[in-house]
Amino acid sequence: MQALIDGSRLMTEALVKAGAEVFIGYPITPANNLYLFSGKRFKTFLAAPDEITTLQWMSGFAAAGKLPVTATSFPGFALMLESINMAYMMELPMVIVLVQRLGPATGTATSGAQGDIALLNGMLSGGYSIPVISTSEANDCWEMAENALKTAVELRTPVILLTSKEEVMTQFSFDLDTLKEIKAVERKYYSSDGKFIPYKRDERGVPEFLPVNNDRHQVRYTASTHNENGILEGITPGALNNTISINKKIEKNIDSYLYYDLEKDDASDTLLVSYGITANAAREAAVRLRKEGRPVSVFIPKTLLPIPDKYMNIMSGYSNIVIAEENHPGLYRKLLFGVKAPTNVHSVNAIGRMINPDEIIEEVKKHGN
Amino acid sequence: METKFINTDTLPFCSGCGHTTISRNTEKALQKIGLNLLDVILVTDIGCHGIIDKAFDTHTVHGLHGRSVALASGISAGVNNPDKKVIVYIGDGGASIGMQHLLDAAHNGYNMTVVVHNNMLYGMTGGQPSELTPKGFKTPTLPQGATHKGYDICGLVATAGASYVSRITGIGDISDQLAEAFSRTGFSLVEVMEICPSYGVKSNPGIKLKTLIEEAGIEIKVYADNEPKAFETQERNDLPSLFSPSLEIKEEFTHRLDKPVRLFLSGTAGEGVQSAAEMFIRAGMRCGLQGTKKGSYPVTVGVGFSASNLILSPEPIFYTGAPRPDVILVTSEDGIKFARKLIDNAGEEALLIIDSTLETPKTRARVVSHHFREHFGGRNAMITALFEYLRQSNIISMDALKKQFMDSKMAANTKLKALIEETFGI
Repeated sequence: MQALIDGSRLMTEALVKAGAEVFIGYPITPANNLYLFSGKRFKTFLAAPDEITTLQWMSGFAAAGKLPVTATSFPGFALMLESINMAYMMELPMVIVLVQRLGPATGTATSGAQGDIALLNGMLSGGYSIPVISTSEANDCWEMAENALKTAVELRTPVILLTSKEEVMTQFSFDLDTLKEIKAVERKYYSSDGKFIPYKRDERGVPEFLPVNNDRHQVRYTASTHNENGILEGITPGALNNTISINKKIEKNIDSYLYYDLEKDDASDTLLVSYGITANAAREAAVRLRKEGRPVSVFIPKTLLPIPDKYMNIMSGYSNIVIAEENHPGLYRKLLFGVKAPTNVHSVNAIGRMINPDEIIEEVKKHGN
Repeated sequence: METKFINTDTLPFCSGCGHTTISRNTEKALQKIGLNLLDVILVTDIGCHGIIDKAFDTHTVHGLHGRSVALASGISAGVNNPDKKVIVYIGDGGASIGMQHLLDAAHNGYNMTVVVHNNMLYGMTGGQPSELTPKGFKTPTLPQGATHKGYDICGLVATAGASYVSRITGIGDISDQLAEAFSRTGFSLVEVMEICPSYGVKSNPGIKLKTLIEEAGIEIKVYADNEPKAFETQERNDLPSLFSPSLEIKEEFTHRLDKPVRLFLSGTAGEGVQSAAEMFIRAGMRCGLQGTKKGSYPVTVGVGFSASNLILSPEPIFYTGAPRPDVILVTSEDGIKFARKLIDNAGEEALLIIDSTLETPKTRARVVSHHFREHFGGRNAMITALFEYLRQSNIISMDALKKQFMDSKMAANTKLKALIEETFGI
């Protein structure tokens, strides 16, 4: 069925189908469409008075066994940061859709950007990892939304679903019949009669879950450094070990939420790397370069953080790498290669507008083949 | 009395601290009401009171400074069961930081009882005054004494809509007063007046709590005792999918495109630019084309320019931008200003369709000028400019755009309809 839709509609429907139960939010451009669609679709919809309240209410719902979602942009996300740290420490499942716009500060609300990935990499005090999954095309608004919610539940963690203005606001023709079926994620609860230890971990490092209103076992949640019983303990070995275990849980299970596209062209020694809104410009550039007889491979990471070893292995096979992203400093390039990139790594950057396939083609021609 | 909710004889507070009185009387009050251990969810803020968690065998949640009431609001709404008792322990500092959350919880009527431990200063960080510190009260960081009267938190939450509010002195047996609040549905709050035995006493030697309360004019009383107004979380299970069948756009006409065409529509907000753009894309889809539409307008929405990037293509569209559009349609002065750069950069192969009331800017593009505004009115200028473009280019069937137009609210204007039919021969 052909329809004229936008990414917000796909994302909202996917999250509800995947089992998200409550949307809590405070509107902000360019995330407003997600708010508006959620008001029509989520079983429970609450209008919060601000973004700190949003994240606190979401944490409360999550502690009570519900699956909450919100959508915001940087100014709102900045207010949420401390509370996301809290939800991370409490190991509460939730999805935060971050729709990037031009910063810093209030920047330009109506201009897209890819300027928040470095912030997300360092948003947890201590430098711990939180899953960041991004959209790179229409179908991702469906599948990555589902994957974000499933990851949140399976790993008991907040997950950031990263997107940007044009990805959720531009309307496009789309065949809805091509979408894969989404089934609601299954919630598992601690079922034994034995004493419930709130932060005791299973073989994957994930604590079993019980809602804070259950009648069988005491549940403790705390944002402070705590042992496996949820008791605030300061820097005891047990408490520090628990903190490290939260990070380990995210990192060692990366394969369960590792999403990327790799279009390999064996004749190519150049790899185009891009993500988010710029991914489609890279895809178009690749098609046109191939038509000109210049083969290139294309790598589109969707699980952006934590960065898996696999990405470095993929990229190591190419003598030229061109990374395109809509920010000035080359944020993801710096995360991948450090502040001084190797000489065979090249960047295409812009702010205040989408990167054009022509610019990517030009950069490839400067270096490769 | 045998304790049921508190698991220790040793509470973690300084000798003589009112926090001990509150904790012990909470135990007593809960027993009086006859609640089960796991029917109670204790949410604590940051502050000395917040280290009580491990002494309670109820469910416990310990969050951020000032945010406990917001967190408890989420828990209360998430649990959605007034038989579960959510109790929030918060200090005067936390209540100052999270004042909005308290007002909001009272306003919404979330099921919970907030116990404000008001010892008139922030005890964990060296004793700075809070917004609840009474006038004249000295603290280590304010030895000259507070110059303003503290907020009347009881009056504020009562005004915001709380079911039950009282202020009490934290001395002796306060279990009845706490039980009264705990037994209410909806939002209740008890402010318990205390003096911090470390910082308060040292900064105000010889001070007596009762004298201080009297001299500061702080009223010990019930502020609100209303019919309970309790929040109920709505769960709507019958909401339809966002993929309603009415979204379907069926292919029923033909096109003549063998490569993408990129249009830039630039006009004035409120003059139907976005709806004309959407009609055109839908018309293209009715002809079997792929399409994208990207709107640009100021955040105020209703003033200034309104522009739209459209792409129609026989092939899948990746990049949705159009730095060099094939066709630029301009219907107003706002539109010219916004499209100026694109018009300047347009090449000979580009087409500029412009309203005849506007001065045509210098451009290499081929220019078509028409009386859109004059003949059809400003609000219909863009859709008629698109009809004109189609008459000249034939890229998609004119019938497709006609169908979109006829299905739109614009067609209800019979004069406009007739004029468009006559002008474009449809």
